[in-house]
Amino acid sequence: MSIESFAQTLVFGVFVGGIYGIAAMGLALVFGVLKMLNIAHGELLMLGGYATFWAFRTFGLDPFLSLGIAIPVLFLIGLLLDRTIYRHIVRQLGEEKIKNSLLVSFGLTLVIQNLAIWLFTADERTVQVNYTGGGLNLFGVAFPYARLISLAIALITTLVLSYFLHRTYPGKAILGTAEDFEAAELAGINIHRVYMMTFALGASLAAIAGTLVTVIYGISPSIGIVWTLKSLIVIVLAGTGSILGAFPAGILLGVVEAVSGAFIGSTYREVVGLVIFVLVLILRPEGLFARK
Amino acid sequence: MAQRPFKQVMTGQQTFIDSLRRWLIPFGVVLLILFAVIYPQQIDKQNIWNLFFLICLHTTLSQSWNILAGFAGQTSLGHAAFFGIGAFVTRTLWLDETPFSLAFIAGGLAAAAFAMLIGAPTFRLRGAYFAIGTLGVAEVLRITVSQNVPFISSMPGPLMASYELAPRYYLALGLAIATTGAAYLLLRSPWSLGILAVREDEGAAQAMGVHVLRHKLLALALSSFFAGLAGGVFAFQQISYYPSAPFSALWTFDALLIAFVGGLGTLAGPVIGAIFFILVRQQLAVTLVEIHQVVFGIFFIVIVLVFPGGLVEAWRHLRRVRWPKRTT
Repeated sequence: MSIESFAQTLVFGVFVGGIYGIAAMGLALVFGVLKMLNIAHGELLMLGGYATFWAFRTFGLDPFLSLGIAIPVLFLIGLLLDRTIYRHIVRQLGEEKIKNSLLVSFGLTLVIQNLAIWLFTADERTVQVNYTGGGLNLFGVAFPYARLISLAIALITTLVLSYFLHRTYPGKAILGTAEDFEAAELAGINIHRVYMMTFALGASLAAIAGTLVTVIYGISPSIGIVWTLKSLIVIVLAGTGSILGAFPAGILLGVVEAVSGAFIGSTYREVVGLVIFVLVLILRPEGLFARK
Repeated sequence: MAQRPFKQVMTGQQTFIDSLRRWLIPFGVVLLILFAVIYPQQIDKQNIWNLFFLICLHTTLSQSWNILAGFAGQTSLGHAAFFGIGAFVTRTLWLDETPFSLAFIAGGLAAAAFAMLIGAPTFRLRGAYFAIGTLGVAEVLRITVSQNVPFISSMPGPLMASYELAPRYYLALGLAIATTGAAYLLLRSPWSLGILAVREDEGAAQAMGVHVLRHKLLALALSSFFAGLAGGVFAFQQISYYPSAPFSALWTFDALLIAFVGGLGTLAGPVIGAIFFILVRQQLAVTLVEIHQVVFGIFFIVIVLVFPGGLVEAWRHLRRVRWPKRTT
């Protein structure tokens, strides 16, 4: 393999990894605060992608600008799901809670996916804009514009989320609830509102990831579970308590997948993530980016 | 409220009812098996054979999930992986001129071996790692198989010529009985106390000296073995299918839904659930076509949230309501 094509593989791994990071961050946020695992996160991502796609198709809106539509739409869907379903699970305790959240969200995966097939058909949809084909070329390595913008959006989202969580009161309330919900409640935080808002925020992050996926790969109703899986692997890589650690972990997964895919053949690429998952659990179950 | 005086007179009639009750369940089981053996033969129609076959296949798959999740408390979200491995190995070996019985057993063993591979690292840790791992295995296998073996697997001509549904149905029926029997024996074995203790409270079980990991792995081995055999039956019955089809998450979902509808952690649950599920699906698939999966999904969520005991629990509840009226 030449040095250029290796560099190209690395660069594309980073681009993909940025999306993994954003997709996983929403899931990690919900997991860290509500202590439940939302298997339907990938389906929310898929819905966010469709919001962008339809905004593009009907209004001709630039897919990156249509984040302004996709985020509020998914925020509302998140609120709705929290009020109707997840509210009942958040109240439960410990093992029971995580088990029920797994079961219920697994069922929800099926519901959302089949609704999407029914509403949008099973066809794969793509978004074509005039800068899709273009890109920079540095030392023989291509940097497509769409992917550069995606990575920038992923990075900005991470920074904004970091600022929000650590520097503002609502964000601190979220982190406080994640750390100790009883103490947070005693301190006067309305934890049920925190739960609701956090879930909606997680859905909004899914909308961002879904938009990036739609621009770069295209979208179909069946992509949800694949993205859920990537997000889960990234979370295990980052350490289950770490929210912002999802971003570097996502990039790491993207790069490792891309490089190993280049060596062992792309048809076995999916296996790599699983092997990483198992290896991390055996060698360092607290995650690579977890703080002790 | 004043307590009602407790008055229970043992009459001859009541001891008769009691002894009747003791024989009722074995009698019902024998009756059900006899019905399952004789009825399809009497009718001898393609759709009846198919219906009964599906019920048996789903009973097996769901009972195998029940052994793991209902008894040992370990939620697998990737049962399709074991089902799919069983189907894949059995089909490949069988069409490669291996005797079917050998291929069938090999499918079950391959599924169990694979299950150990994911169970050993994830079972050491608490929490959702096992669920994530199994979900991952199933999806990764589905994608990898569909990319590497994208063509439909069809039975070759000579096999097609001698194809008959009846022996396939009886294999499925035998497997359903064997799986439920194994679950019954497991519950009566000394292992059951450890397995149930792990489900109720892992930490307490460990403190009492139960080897948690070993009990979890035992449940997983049994569960995945039977799920693999179910896959083998599927591979034996289907004339042609995409090799990636049995890895679809839908199989996992069917197993979950059936166990929950019937009653999680009970022996009868998966049997009752499978009969109920297949009959209802047969109807819904005709009337609602595309969105019948949506209905099932919502139904499942409601059961998990509102009525986690399923039909078996509902029946017990009904009896508990009726009994006091009769005794006072």
